[in-house]
Order: sequence, then structure tokens, then C-alpha cells
Amino acid sequence: MTTIPNNEHSMDTDAFIKGLWRENPVFVQVLGMCPVLAVSNTAMNALAMGLAATFVLIMSSSLVSLLRNVIPKQVRIATFILIIATFVTIVDFVIQAISLDVHKALGAFIALIVVNCMILGRAEAFASKNGLLRSVLDAAGMGLGFTLALLCLGVVREILGSGTLFDVPVLPAQFQTWSITLLPGGGFFTLGLWLLVFASWSERRRKQMAAPQEAD
Amino acid sequence: MTSSIHIQPAPVLPNSWHMIRALGGVGVLCSLLIVLTYQWTLPVIERNKAEALARAVYNVLPGATKQVTYQIIEGTLTPLAAPEAGPPTSSGQLVFVGFDADQRLVGVAIEAAGQGFQDVIRLLYGYNPQRQQVIGMEVLESKETPGLGDKIIKDGDFLANFAALDVALSDDGQSLQHTIVAVKAGRKQNAWEIDGITGATISSVAVAEIIQASAGEYLPIVRSQIDALQPPADALQPPSAPIDSESANSPSGSER
Repeated sequence: MTTIPNNEHSMDTDAFIKGLWRENPVFVQVLGMCPVLAVSNTAMNALAMGLAATFVLIMSSSLVSLLRNVIPKQVRIATFILIIATFVTIVDFVIQAISLDVHKALGAFIALIVVNCMILGRAEAFASKNGLLRSVLDAAGMGLGFTLALLCLGVVREILGSGTLFDVPVLPAQFQTWSITLLPGGGFFTLGLWLLVFASWSERRRKQMAAPQEAD
Repeated sequence: MTSSIHIQPAPVLPNSWHMIRALGGVGVLCSLLIVLTYQWTLPVIERNKAEALARAVYNVLPGATKQVTYQIIEGTLTPLAAPEAGPPTSSGQLVFVGFDADQRLVGVAIEAAGQGFQDVIRLLYGYNPQRQQVIGMEVLESKETPGLGDKIIKDGDFLANFAALDVALSDDGQSLQHTIVAVKAGRKQNAWEIDGITGATISSVAVAEIIQASAGEYLPIVRSQIDALQPPADALQPPSAPIDSESANSPSGSER
């Protein structure tokens, strides 16, 4: 973080906001690509995956933050993985209890949240060095940023691939659906297009920020 | 020969007790959390699974409003004591018998599984013993390619194959008269053929083979013991005619 916040409050807000936009885990950090490409084929799957990852992120970050002073640094990674795996197992049971269909659609990718480097990354880089409140805010921001990115992909892929959005038809029946967008290859194309959009937005923003300074 | 090379400070040796305490403590805490969640969600998950299966049985047996579970144990259809009592103790094939509001037999739903393109496909199909036809099919579990192979789950034209698929038994009642085969899309000519899906040939063939294998094994048993299938005991009135009397008396399928 290069900016020096004025007070504690703005630092907390910043911990939350940066994950949504400036350090978005998918579009900026390009982390956790495996679930991003695999289960963003429908908006519903994307939302479920995003929320599951957010839950694991928030819970593991808070536990890591609470225990940060009693975990020796030599065993910290093993402890973090243990904590993350626990919450992934919990989320797996909870999703099965909520909806078997969603569980069926997400398949092995729920278990693979354990190795999502975004989650271990936040535990190691942020939660193990910060207090509970800021760790939770950081995790919530990152998790929602991840969900937002998954939804961006899921909405585009479902509309083009099935002509529906959250299983509601949105395109006329004559529309010839692009099945490719539902396949892993289509995930790469859609992700590439979103990265392009995101990069051009941040580039334009950077220029706008720089322009007044040059004028001075 | 001085000790000046040892200018680095000696590494601080970690206290083993602290590491054991951290890992052990977190391990115990995590195990507790997992066990509590497991116990809390298990009844809900089991109920969800039972409901999903029950829904699927009604889907593949159109018109059925009640169902009784039977189990094939050593070639004999045995009623399962209480479906709510938990999973059956022995490993015989389960068959779900559907009855309509008038206590008449609608058909028998049988679960079958086999290798698909990616992984095992599990499906449920409904068999009507009077018409000797498969009258419905639903895929319970599959990992077929999204957009291609998974059309076996939703594709209307493909599922229409299973509204009246001929599975008549041969004259001795021991095997199927015709082998169920998947043909290229639009080439279906006989009632025992399945119109395949373009782009999902392997998945279509897999479904045909799964039904062929399961029907060949279990339909002779089901059909020869069709009289043993009784509607649910909580019926208000005795069954007027469990099945068509003509076909009940001729289990060999000769009325076709």
C-alpha cells in the first residue's frame, strides 16, 4: 500500500475496498484460476462457488488472525492449510445440505478451494499480520471481489452458451447458442475479454489521475 | 584460523513444545468443528438424497403418485421393510414400484450405472410391465462434457426416446427380444432403438448400453414376479386390479 491513510477508519475501509477493485483477486492478481475457469459456466454455479470461497476466506482469515500470536512461524503454513481445509470440509457439508444440485454442479471444485492460493495468500500476507476486524474486512473484500469476477464470467458464458440467465431464458429461441463458451476453452476466451476490459479501464483511470498532476 | 567467519547470529531454535502445541491445538479444534458440522448436516443431506431419488422415481413413472421400494435378493423381489428406516442391510438391487391414485401399478423404476465418456453415469429408468416399454429415464449423476455429453440430461429429443422404448422379453422370458442400441440422430426406425445426440455419441451409446445391461438382468425377474408387487399398505381401499389381468396371466410377453 503506497497511500498513507488519514486514520484507522479509512484503513479499514481500504482493507475492504481494495479486494473488490484495485487488487481484485481474479482480474488483477489472476489467482485461483482453476475454479474461475471451471465452474463459471453458469451464473448460478459462479455465485455458489464465489460465496463458498468467500465463506472459507472469511472464516479462515479470522481464525488465523486470532491465533497469529500462538502459531510459531516454522509451522504456520501447515497450520493455515489445516484451518482452511477444515472450513472447506464444513462448506462442502453445508452445500450438500442446502442443495444437492448445486453440489453436483460444483463437483470436485469445492474440495479444491483448499488449494486456492488466494485463500492461503490472504492468510499468509494479511491475516497473520493484522487484527481480527481488519482481517475479516480484507477477507470479505477479497471474497466478494472473487465472487464478482466469477459472476462476470458466469453471466457472459451462460447467456451466450445457453441463452439463459440464472436458468431464465433471456435470448430469443432462434438464437443459436455458442456451446464453446460453456467448455473450458470458452472460459479462457471470456476471461481474456474481461481482462482486456479491466485493463483498459484501469489504464484510462491511471491516465485521468496522471493528467491533473502534469498540468500542475 | 579465527572464529570471525561465524559472525552470523546463531538461528533461534524453535521451541518444539510451541510447535506441537500449535499444530495439536489447531488440529483438535478443527476436528471438533468438522464433526459438529457433519452431525448437524447429516440428517438434512440424507433427506435431500432420499427426496431427490423419490422425485426421480415419479419423473420416470408418469402418473405414479405412490411408491414402494423392493429389493432383488437372490432373484426374488422382497419388500423393503421401511424406506425411512435407513439404507438396506444387504446389497441387492433396489427397485421402486410406482402406483397411481387408484392403486394400479404404473411401473417399476430401476437404478442403473455404467461407464460414460468422463466418468460413471448413474441413471433411473421406468419400466411399464404391461406395455413392456421403458416409459421414462432420468440421469441421476454424470460428469459428461458440459454443452455436449451432458445433453443426455436435458435434451428433449433425446429424452423423448425413453417415452416408449421397446424392452419386450423374448418368448422364454429370460432375456430381451431386441438389443437396445443407440443409432445416429434421426435414424431411429425400430421401437428398441435410441436416437443418439450429434456431438454426444459416446454418451448416447453409454446410456443405451447401461439400460440394455440392467434391463437384460432385472426385467425378467421383475416381470416374472409382477404379481408380488403390492401397493402401499396405507391404502384406504383394496387394490381393484393391480395390473392388467391379461398381461398378468401371460408373463412371457406373448401378447405383443
